[in-house]
Amino acid sequence: MSDILFYIFSGLVLFCGALVILNRNPVNSAMFLVLTIISMAALFVLLHAFFLAAVQVVVYAGAVIVLFLFVIMLLDLKEEQRRKIKAFGAATGILSVIAIVFVFWRSLAQTSLTTVPVMAEGGTLDLGRLLFTNYALPFEILSVLLLVAMVGVILLSKKDLK
Amino acid sequence: MNLTPVGLEHYLVVSGLMFSLGLLGVIMRRNLLVIYMCLELMLNAANLALVAMARFNGKLDGQIVVFFIITVAAAEVAVGLALIVALYRKRRTAHVEDLTAMKL
Repeated sequence: MSDILFYIFSGLVLFCGALVILNRNPVNSAMFLVLTIISMAALFVLLHAFFLAAVQVVVYAGAVIVLFLFVIMLLDLKEEQRRKIKAFGAATGILSVIAIVFVFWRSLAQTSLTTVPVMAEGGTLDLGRLLFTNYALPFEILSVLLLVAMVGVILLSKKDLK
Repeated sequence: MNLTPVGLEHYLVVSGLMFSLGLLGVIMRRNLLVIYMCLELMLNAANLALVAMARFNGKLDGQIVVFFIITVAAAEVAVGLALIVALYRKRRTAHVEDLTAMKL
């Protein structure tokens, strides 16, 4: 059952991800990004990372996409008009994507992946215990980072930027 | 249809394909905001690989890293979008080919 769900949701992730980059209208792209992220949260649930699935939905689908939509509304973006794509740029772009797919494929084929029989359960209790014991210092640094980001955004969005 | 049971490889393949899709979007699209969305796609692909690794190796540390990545990504999106808005105020465009101030 979970195997079938894996195929459904991974197909959905890839399909919506492709639609994000194929859509001409930025609003449609943002909507398909929401679908991608929610399917990704479903994959997290299949991997028993329940807390991360919830965080993914709340932070990404709830906050980040809303921010994107606000900015799209603020900038009043129209549909991207068709411009001539430079052949050299497109060729090098596709070449680099093919190269990175090749690197992924080779490294996946050459390593023998070991899995342990007892798999990790990402419940809130275990995750929180680890977060506040082993990873307490990075956690505090992260809170400072959020403060810095907040101050930076306020400074950047002032009208008379000197 | 005879499918092998889903293991770590399946998740890594999905993650790799997703990352390539995001990279393709960053290279091919010309709208600053859509490029930013594709960056989010790439971050999500890395998250999926980390969570799968954490699950199949029996250690929760990978999930902690994903938690940190999500937080940093939220901060990064806030700062990046503020930069895009500031740029749009000055130049009235969100199209990367119109931003040629540093071109020789």
